[in-house]
Amino acid sequence: MGIEGIGTRALRKEDKRFITGKGRYVDDIRLHGMTYAAFVRSPYAHAKVTAIDTAPALEMPGVVAVLTGKELVDDKIGNLICGWMIHSRDGSPMKMGAWPAMAPEIVRFVGQAVAVVIAETRNQARDAAEAVVVTYEELPAVVDMREAVASGAPQLHPEAPGNVIFDWTLGDEVATDAAFKAAANVVSLDITNNRLAPNAIEPRAAIAEYDPAEEHFTLYTTSQNPHVARLVLSAFYNIAQEHKLRVIAPDVGGGFGSKIFIYPEEMVALWASKKTGRPVKWTADRTEAFLTDAHGRDHLSKAEMAFDKDNRITGLRVKTYANLGAYMSLFSSSVPTYLYATLLSGQYNIPAIFAEVISVYTNTAPVDAYRGAGRPEASYLVERLMETAARQLKVDPTELRRKNFITQFPHQTPVIMASDIGDFNASLDAAMKAIDYAGFPARKAKAESEGKLRGIGVSCYIEACGIAPSKAVGSLGAGVGLWESAEVRVNPVGTIEVLTGSHSHGQGHETSFAQVVAGRLGISIDQVQIVHGDTDKVQFGMGTYGSRSAAVGLSAIVKAMEKVEAKAKKIVAHQLEASENDIVIEEGQFKVAGTDKAIAFPMVALAAYTAHNLPDGMEPGLKESAFYDPSNFTFPAGSYICEVEVDAGTGKTTFINFVAADDFGRLINPMIVEGQVHGGLAQGIGQALLEHAVYDENGQLLTASFMDYAMPRAEDLPSFKIQHTMTECPGNPLGVKGCGEAGAIGASAAVINAITDAIGNNDLAMPASPDRVWHAIHG
Amino acid sequence: MSTIRLTVNGKPVSADVEDRTLLVHLLRDHLGLTGTHIGCDTSQCGACTVHIDGCAVKSCTVLVGQANGSNITTIEGIANGDELHPMQAAFRDNHGLQCGFCTPGMIMASIDIVHRHGSALTEDILRQELEGNICRCTGYHNIVKSVLNAAGRMTAAQAAE
Ligand code: FES
Ligand code: FES
Repeated sequence: MGIEGIGTRALRKEDKRFITGKGRYVDDIRLHGMTYAAFVRSPYAHAKVTAIDTAPALEMPGVVAVLTGKELVDDKIGNLICGWMIHSRDGSPMKMGAWPAMAPEIVRFVGQAVAVVIAETRNQARDAAEAVVVTYEELPAVVDMREAVASGAPQLHPEAPGNVIFDWTLGDEVATDAAFKAAANVVSLDITNNRLAPNAIEPRAAIAEYDPAEEHFTLYTTSQNPHVARLVLSAFYNIAQEHKLRVIAPDVGGGFGSKIFIYPEEMVALWASKKTGRPVKWTADRTEAFLTDAHGRDHLSKAEMAFDKDNRITGLRVKTYANLGAYMSLFSSSVPTYLYATLLSGQYNIPAIFAEVISVYTNTAPVDAYRGAGRPEASYLVERLMETAARQLKVDPTELRRKNFITQFPHQTPVIMASDIGDFNASLDAAMKAIDYAGFPARKAKAESEGKLRGIGVSCYIEACGIAPSKAVGSLGAGVGLWESAEVRVNPVGTIEVLTGSHSHGQGHETSFAQVVAGRLGISIDQVQIVHGDTDKVQFGMGTYGSRSAAVGLSAIVKAMEKVEAKAKKIVAHQLEASENDIVIEEGQFKVAGTDKAIAFPMVALAAYTAHNLPDGMEPGLKESAFYDPSNFTFPAGSYICEVEVDAGTGKTTFINFVAADDFGRLINPMIVEGQVHGGLAQGIGQALLEHAVYDENGQLLTASFMDYAMPRAEDLPSFKIQHTMTECPGNPLGVKGCGEAGAIGASAAVINAITDAIGNNDLAMPASPDRVWHAIHG
Repeated sequence: MSTIRLTVNGKPVSADVEDRTLLVHLLRDHLGLTGTHIGCDTSQCGACTVHIDGCAVKSCTVLVGQANGSNITTIEGIANGDELHPMQAAFRDNHGLQCGFCTPGMIMASIDIVHRHGSALTEDILRQELEGNICRCTGYHNIVKSVLNAAGRMTAAQAAE
């Protein structure tokens, strides 16, 4: 029997249920007596709610209740909060406006809920929602962040004068200014990082059930972190006490960050289930998803880089406006600050950096973490700047990068991060070789002779994932710790259940986590069951986002495994009359080293539970748990190179080749890792070429369906060439980094660098649609 | 209300439903066949794809009345007992899925694509044909690999027959 341990391309255990249609997503669940919720949403971006007449809706067939924002506030359901405190440069705390789950007085973005209808069927609820008569008094709206901070702009929240949430800085302004004064060359660029909709294909959904006998709530929800949901719903939103609320996140159809946050609909469903005494289900349609899922990115930046006469970077100065939308979503403040500006050093040795970030309210959907969260924005900025610099300084872009690479580790950047390990030349070498960088000029010449514009673009990203340690993030303003928990339960006959606080919504934890456990004991992965996503089963966990599951979640499992193995060895040593230090685990056997004495693992497990022959004083059973708090972030890094051809006649970009060379440390399951890279690349390329969430000046979302928002389809993307290089992460017991966001972090700059190289015009914004590219070529 | 009669995964089914009921809702809500998913409200994502009389159709675009009398196959109906359909097996073997939400629709659409193109199916044709199915997780790389792999298995099986 082959053991599918670390490093094996084991096929996924979870796939069987998905490919046979037996997955169990929230909308698939039906409870006895279940009702359906439909929200009444604002058609205005900014308006006063002057009256709500629920009477016509209440007369509609099947309607159980119509509930309004005022009733919610009267019942003292708490306002939504942002859980990461940021202070402005003058020391004042960020200015958070109140966000009730349904607006009792003022709506601030199109799609914000003002009331909810609960009915016997989904169609009845929707019909009745249309019959609720809401009277609005429209207020002037502001969508553009530059206009939002201009004098005379409509004001969104009384708490935030001038619509500024915070004006935050990081780095050394004086040293950076000095570097620019002394610079031989300065390269500057205005950079827009456009707004995106995350668009997990499974829309958000929630089912809430209240049990009056126990005064207990159950919430099924599309969440990446059910325990955090329970914590926030109970500690801050006054929905239920923690021990009276069970949150279950079953199969979840993709998250990409958008399912980290607690949303109004989950809160309302819980509250309404108690008010009506019936289970309440809400499932978003796609338009609701576009209108109300937290969006991503949306930065406007001015970036400048200083070089000495040898083309070494001496300073980086960045001023960024970040649009956070109409309200502050759960972790929104951390994204344009500690998840962004701390990565501005890129893969480079930059002695002085200064970043200023001004976060702004506008009448648009809230913006929060989306695949990569802050790091794509940083990476795009730095890598666009490097390419621009290479062109301006007339050096090869790869040479300019190599000259400035960090080569000594650990390396302390001037913006908090201390990168522990890396080999940036190795990944750049791998990518250049895979794309035949040296052969590019000949290929370009040939394309030119055929009337095509060919370009090559490089992007050398670094990211920080597995956000940690708790002490550090606490000092930066995080409202939670960022450890992970695990429990390993060995059953009497040697099968194992592993309970983890991580959550899988496509990442394949049921397989890769099982590989680690099975590999250590030399058993089959089929004997290991990974349990997650239910607060009644797993005691606590922080969930999955920021590529933290392997580095933090799996490390917690390893810590628990070490305890299990230590106890098992004691039992074996006792039974075989050997020293526990001599017991080794090999191929499913616990052996006395150097002898043929051994006990098979299932027999050790059984011995722990029969407890007839245990060392004196030992507790029966074989079950251990651990909380793991890492010592540092992990720093995946890599080089992406893309070669494109642009049709000057149509402006259409075609991929010739896309190479990704990543260093993720040790790989648990290379097949799964590569899949994660593919998906990330698609999102990064999607942003570069297609995706854009567009509001008109009145705050109407013009891209509120898949007909209007250009999602990447199979035809839009190339096949990818994936390379791995490896430096083992010193910060966790497995030597792993994170791989989930890399593609989205590194890809956009490579694509835009390639297109601007092809067309010979550096002034090109994302998404580089054929229309935009055509205009960049022809003016 | 109308009475609808059709065959779903080989079994005759009749149901009294509102005239506006969509096929996808009949499958999911009335028949409990939740493998067919809903990912959009504009017939763009393909998560709801099923076969009607052997052709891939987005079940969110079909009123049950239109499907009256027809033969419906869903993701739950393509395996032969415990033996996976070659397309299902190929998705698993080639890591053609991550969250699995688009997967039933992808598999149903892909079976039809292979049926229509047979051994003439190429990567380019396949990528064009998959236009109606969106996956947010895989970047399509492994989906393309899966379908081409299944195409080989399916056409070989056809040739053997
Ligand atoms: S649900 Fe039918 S196409 Fe999206
Ligand atoms: S696997 Fe998640 S949408 Fe395709």
